[in-house]
Amino acid sequence: MDFQLDDDQRALRAGMRQLLEGRFSLRDATDRLDRALWRELGEAGFFSLALPEAEGGVGLGLPEAVLVFEEAGRVLLPGPAVATFLAAGVVPGAATGEAVVTAVDGALVPWLDEADVVQGEAAGAVPLRSVDPLTPLHRVPDAGGLDRGALLYAAEQLGSAVRTCETAVQYARRRKQFGQPIGAFQAVKHLCAQMLVRAELARAAVYAAAVTGDRLDASAAKLLADDAAVRNARDCLQVHGGMGFTWESDVHLHLKRAWVRAELGRSARAAEEELAEALIEAP
Amino acid sequence: MDLTYTDEEEAFRAGLRDWLSLVLPELPAKPSPQDWPGRRAYDTAWQRLLYDAGYGEVHWDASPTQRLIFLEETEKAGAPYVGANFVGLLHAGPTIASEGTPEQRDRWLPPVLRGDEVWCQGFSEPDAGSDLASLRTRAWRDGDHYVVSGSKIWTSHAEVADWCELLVRTALVSEAVPKHRGITWLAMPMDAPGITVRPLRTLAGSTEFAEMFLDDVRVPVANRVGEENDGWRVTMVTLSYERGTAFVGEVVACRRVLGELAREARGNGRWGDPALRRRLGRLSAEFSALWRLTQWNVSEAQRTGGVPGVGGSVFKLRYSHARQELYDAAAEVLGAGSLDLAHEWTLDRLSSLSYTIAAGTSQIQQNIVAERILGLPKGR
Repeated sequence: MDFQLDDDQRALRAGMRQLLEGRFSLRDATDRLDRALWRELGEAGFFSLALPEAEGGVGLGLPEAVLVFEEAGRVLLPGPAVATFLAAGVVPGAATGEAVVTAVDGALVPWLDEADVVQGEAAGAVPLRSVDPLTPLHRVPDAGGLDRGALLYAAEQLGSAVRTCETAVQYARRRKQFGQPIGAFQAVKHLCAQMLVRAELARAAVYAAAVTGDRLDASAAKLLADDAAVRNARDCLQVHGGMGFTWESDVHLHLKRAWVRAELGRSARAAEEELAEALIEAP
Repeated sequence: MDLTYTDEEEAFRAGLRDWLSLVLPELPAKPSPQDWPGRRAYDTAWQRLLYDAGYGEVHWDASPTQRLIFLEETEKAGAPYVGANFVGLLHAGPTIASEGTPEQRDRWLPPVLRGDEVWCQGFSEPDAGSDLASLRTRAWRDGDHYVVSGSKIWTSHAEVADWCELLVRTALVSEAVPKHRGITWLAMPMDAPGITVRPLRTLAGSTEFAEMFLDDVRVPVANRVGEENDGWRVTMVTLSYERGTAFVGEVVACRRVLGELAREARGNGRWGDPALRRRLGRLSAEFSALWRLTQWNVSEAQRTGGVPGVGGSVFKLRYSHARQELYDAAAEVLGAGSLDLAHEWTLDRLSSLSYTIAAGTSQIQQNIVAERILGLPKGR
């Protein structure tokens, strides 16, 4: 048992971080999809990573997919990345990022107007005034959409949770009040420590679910990663004080996206009920 | 990333399982949790069985993965926990193994491994708990002895111990000697004249720890582990073991209890409550993740080949609270039955209250995580 990243996985993660940091700025993002970036991600193998080499993919597995989605979550990459990834090999052009694919997910469809292909029954979808300015949303009347991609959403939530923890720590070291950095106060320290605990617990769950490929493991990972992303964003906002409540800081974007993702893939209610039911059967 | 075990590790697991299935049915009944002399006899007998079967050194010499397998399988099989051997096996033993002289290792380690001798922990004092470095029990040199006076509290297993891992002050605090310096780690025989032990009754009714009064107790200088005034560093080695590996088997136990809770709720009609189901479902995710975090930490330790790191604090912070939430959920499942001390879950609920205090309170752990992992400044 060696439950650690190997050298190739570290390199993959570092490469994806470098690509996204060099190419994407949250400051410039809008609710219009950046198709050039989408194609660049396709060229870098983001969407085709799990496809067999014979189908133009790289033949990697779920652990590698989780690592790149963690990076996407870290920078709050906009767009229906999970649905497009899952459509690679099924919908022509999805693997290369030429086609933007979205899917009906529970009661919601993200990025409906920007997508080239919609999977699932989206008839009668009505637009919402989305809480997340970087994720346009439609709502469908018959909430019986696909339940897929829970682990990839969980990976994005993990990336966001790690990022807001780092952001809070950086701010707490820099911002001074009462003659010292606010990070020297225990009340602030303890908020930050709890953020790390949530993120690391979610990381263990997400990575393990990627290795086992087990559905229940994925439900547990989604539950904990949703929790880590939402609560870390809230705590990060709190550490930022008044600045955290403004559009000047990015913190609110992490919180809003975390709320959106918590409704996608597998909701907390569904995951909790599923895990509870499995307890009855456990040996 | 890999969660599979090697053939060698699987063979170790299979051998252990076979052995457990042979010896466990032959064990006598467990003594009452309040009966510490009875528990000492029971726990040391179990240690002797492990020793004779070749598992005596599993906490020290085995690879981290083997240790993990050992804890997982013994817990799954319902084997006894280390109990009265806790300080010797998981605390003083590893410390002596890494910091002691060859003579000290020969003197103290074999009896611990055989279950012949039991250790207690003399760290905390009435005014030095979380701020352990401010301890005041003094030791003066008199020839080839230290003469020790002072008092200790929360001295785990003192009632039944043969030896005490004792922290004493050997240099007065001054500008030249900050409080973390001037501390020395001693192995004190518990039958030395001048030691008075007064058991403390915990809120769970047990006397697992005690107050200890030391009145000119003579301890040979040869019993000093590490250098004089270097006891703090030696202690940090000990504490990293305590936080790093001490709770691993319990996570497996908590996952088992969670299944028992669900089936109990199904049997007594509480399962129809969606709030309870969701609460148990969430706890299931938490304990699964704590197990995965354990595997992550063990893999990291195996790679670096080192002592468990501060990552143990991250684990302990969440685990100690999750354990309390587990037994609160048990109380909800049991209803009025949760007030019955005859029920094992009721005693476990009471015991779990210590988890956020012992081995460094949650607040201290949060400071450790914030300062040593996240790099936040020290301060108020």
